[in-house]
This record gives sequence, structure tokens and C-alpha cells, in this order.
Amino acid sequence: MTATIQAHGLVKTYGRAWALDGLDLSAEQGTVLALLGPNGAGKTTAVRVLTTLVKPDEGSAELAGIDVLTRPEQARRNLGLSGQYAAVDEYLTGFENLVMIGRLYGLRRAQARDRAAELLEQFSLTDAAGKPSKDYSGGMRRRLDLAAALIVRPPVLVLDEPTTGLDPRSRIETWGVIRDLIASGTTLLLTTQYLEEADQLADKITVIDHGRVIAEGSATDLKARIGGERIELTLADPADLRLAARTVGSVTGTEVYSEAGSSTVTAPAPHGAESLMTALRELDTQNVRLLDLGLRRPTLDDVFLSLTGHSAEQAPTNDDSTPTKDNR
Amino acid sequence: MNTPIRTLKDSAVIAERNLVKVKRVPVLLVYVLLSPIMFVLLFSFVFGGAIELGDGSSYREFLMGGVFAMTVLFGGIFTASGLAEDMQKGLIDRFRSLPMSHAAVLIGRTASDVSYNILSLIVMGLTGLLVGWRVQGSLLDALAGFALLLVFAYAFSWIMAYIGLLVPSPEVVNNSSYLVIMPLTFLSNAFVPLESFSGLLRHIVEWNPVSALTQAARELFGNTDPSALASTAWSMEHPVAYTLIWTAALVVVFLPLSVRQYRRATG
Repeated sequence: MTATIQAHGLVKTYGRAWALDGLDLSAEQGTVLALLGPNGAGKTTAVRVLTTLVKPDEGSAELAGIDVLTRPEQARRNLGLSGQYAAVDEYLTGFENLVMIGRLYGLRRAQARDRAAELLEQFSLTDAAGKPSKDYSGGMRRRLDLAAALIVRPPVLVLDEPTTGLDPRSRIETWGVIRDLIASGTTLLLTTQYLEEADQLADKITVIDHGRVIAEGSATDLKARIGGERIELTLADPADLRLAARTVGSVTGTEVYSEAGSSTVTAPAPHGAESLMTALRELDTQNVRLLDLGLRRPTLDDVFLSLTGHSAEQAPTNDDSTPTKDNR
Repeated sequence: MNTPIRTLKDSAVIAERNLVKVKRVPVLLVYVLLSPIMFVLLFSFVFGGAIELGDGSSYREFLMGGVFAMTVLFGGIFTASGLAEDMQKGLIDRFRSLPMSHAAVLIGRTASDVSYNILSLIVMGLTGLLVGWRVQGSLLDALAGFALLLVFAYAFSWIMAYIGLLVPSPEVVNNSSYLVIMPLTFLSNAFVPLESFSGLLRHIVEWNPVSALTQAARELFGNTDPSALASTAWSMEHPVAYTLIWTAALVVVFLPLSVRQYRRATG
């Protein structure tokens, strides 16, 4: 089976800047692919190529079996796009926006109206349906924008940084909406600079930097690359350090890190929670008192740091998250 | 696919969307309504007394054709600024990612902007009547005159659409528009009679489509006597035909140019 979303060797330069430098992507039908990278990594350019907005200098791309470059018209039929700048008309009401977009997808007026009402309901916007969208909150606009992408129930959905700039509550709301979409079998490409978002939503994560793929796999795969889970404990009494280290070491059978004079002990936990519980029981029988005990999982932030040498949040110079007319 | 019917349907959807904005932000209409009034009053009272026509006819009456022509050209600024604003918004990316006709975004815009010109012609006509302008010919001819002004203005709005797509930001639209509209109207017979130009300038004025439009409007309103025309240029002797030729030519040239620019501008 060929992937529903695929791109091979995409290259795009703007002047002397390489936005994409041989990017490959693929997502199987019904899965969520997260494109993860810092600002300027090429996420937005990749999305613009896949959604027919930009022609790459080199490479090929397909959506649901249709070549994006040679048959953009047909590709657009299978595509819903929702960007980071809620792309709705601010003077039109929520309802009018959805009807307009439905009709531009080729629906008849009555069909478009029915579908608009249905989507407003689904996205809890019915009460605001008659208000111009400029009066909406950021989260509401983003929901309206998502709804607009779903009008024709396209098989491929592309969400460009769907939660950038949203407050935490709206972000979690948006994640809920996206989870529902995933459940309905849509193939989804999601770009994000939030590691947590990719971790929460994606089946597969493609980490890109400087327009190239630097790592690919499930969140678990990526985390495994920099080592698995670790037991981390903090002692109530630093005098127990040696005893605690020995105890933990006998349970995990791995090397234990404990710095003399400190009160923390860490060790790789090959059996995860099971190792943790055994260690806890052993420490208890030895009467070691603890302030804190936990199983620490590597975050995608750790992954990013180890892959790129810089943190994901640390934004490099050329910023592709705010495209202006000039740099598109 | 992009059949002409699909293009028309999409254009209608876009035009409807543009008109909703006018409904929601009625202040937009203030300029549409006030500037024609201002033009008629300023020109008729400031120049009305200062300029004498050789044949003793009323300058105020002479002036109206020119003011009409200039004002409908200014209407094109709405097209340019409307598109320039749209191009800056995320909505254009959505339009471009939809299986719709690309030309529709532009056709819908130029079409909905015709409504501004209809409004401003009505306002100007009424103001003109108040200051003493009269239609001397038949009503049918007068309606033909208004129609000619509208279709030429529509064609002209395609130049403005192109400008709106070329400029880097909406703020630049006004200045760029004036650079086009001012020479076109002032190097014409809109405000001063043809006879006052000589040499090369005279030829430029005679073949300027705005002169033909003005001349045609004056003739159709019965505000000038065609037999008193002091020119042998074909464009002046057949002002209606010459205006219509320009109308067609502007659309044929600037519609495809604008569509190409629209595709390129965001690509």
C-alpha cells in the first residue's frame, strides 16, 4: 500500500536560503504524522508544497494517490488545510464563512448550509454562528478555521501549527477536536513546534531541522534512542546514599548514579514500573526514607537536544512561522 | 473542473462575500458617497466660474462628463486596496488551497466593486442636478452614457486589480493609484477643452481613452454638440466605439496578467 501523504526529495530555496533540502515524508492512511521542528526548520514550506501553495524546485509529492505538482486541481479536492493564522473572513459570521467555503468546494448552497450548521454544532460554535468572526476569541476562531477545513470531509487534512499562540485551555480543547478527527479515519499531517503536542497526537513523528529529516519514528522510538526510563529518587537522609545506591543497583542490575554528598540516586530501569516497585519494596525493608521517588521518561525535548545539539524552543534566525508576502 | 460556469459561480460567491463586508462596515461607503459630492461641488464652484468656454456654453455642464469619468476611475482604488488587503490575509491561502477557480477571486472582486461605481454615479448625478447640470438629450442616451462609464470603469478596475496584486502592502495602493489616475484624467479633456492643448500633448490627449470616455458621456448627456468638435482624430469622432475598444482591450490584457500575478504573488 502506498502512503496517503508522501513527499520525496523536496527542495525549495528562497534566494540563498534553503527552506527545504531534500525532505522526504510519508504517512499511511488513517494515521497522524507530526512534523516537528523549531521555527525556520522548513515545516511551513513543506506544508505549502503539499497543499499546492508553493511549487518546489525539486522533488515530488502525492496526496491520496494524486500528484500535487501535476494535478493540483484534483489534489485540492482531497485536501483540507487549516493554518496557524485562522484563515477565515473576519467580517463574515461563522456560518457565512463555512457556507462560503463549502460553496467554493463546489457544494450547492443548501448542502453548504446544512454542512455549516452541522460543523458549528460539532465545534460548539452554534451560539456564535451569527456573529462576525472578528468578535471570536482566538480559540473560537481556530475552531472555526478547523471546521472550514473539514467541510467536504477530505481524506487528507493538513494542520499547520494548529495550537500556536493559543492559551493552554484552548490548546487542550483543540487537541480534543483533533483526536475526534483522528478517530474518524482522516489522514492527518500536523506541524508543531511543541514536543508535547506531537507526543499527544501523532502516530509517527518526523523531526526536521534546516529542511531535512533528522529523525523519524513513533514517540516511543524517538525516546528509546536516547535511552529508556530511569528511576530517580531523593533521600530524606543523605547518610543513606550508599545503602540506597546498592539496593537500587541490586534491583535494576544496572549502573547507578549517585554523587557523593548529594541525596539523589538515579539508575536506568530496564523493566520500567516493575523495577520501580521492586526497588521501592527493597528500600522500605531497609528502612530508607524517601522525599521523592519517580520514573522519569525522556521527553521529546531531550530527543531534540540530543539530535540537533540545540533545544527545540531555541529559535534560530530565519523564522518561517510568520511568513510575510516577501518570503513566501 | 474550471469550466466558465464554475468560474462564474465561484466569482458570485466571492462577490457576495465582498458585499457582506460593506454591509458590516458601512463606514466604507462614506468615501464612496462623499468624494463624488466633493468633486462635483469643488470643480463646479472653484473652476466653474474661472474657466470660460470659447463657444459660450456652460462650463459647469461641460465639467460633469469629466467629473463622472474621473470619479469612476477613482472607484478602481477600491479594487486595488481590497485585493492588496486580501493578499495579506491567511484567507487567500485558504482560497488557493481550495478546488475553486483562481480567476474567481479577482472576477468576484471587480464585479462587486461595480456596486461602488453605481452608487457614486447616482450620488454624482443627483449632486450635479442640484448645481444646475441637466441632461439635454434623451433619457435613453443618458442611460447609455452611464452604462458606458460603468463598463469602462469595470475594465479600468482590472488595471487597478493588477496594481493591487503588485504592491507589497495595502498602504502603497493609494499612492500608486494616483500615479496612474491623475495623468490619465489631467492629460484629457475632462476638465479643460481639447483646444487648450497643442502639439504632441494634443495628440496624447486626443488618443487618451479617458478623453473619449468623457467626450462620449458629454455627447450622450447632450452636454456638447458633436458637430462643434474641434478635432479630426478618429478617437474623438467615434468616442463611443473608441471607448468600447479600450474597454475590451483592457480586460483582455489585464485579466490574464492579474490572474498570473495572483498565482505568483503567494507562490
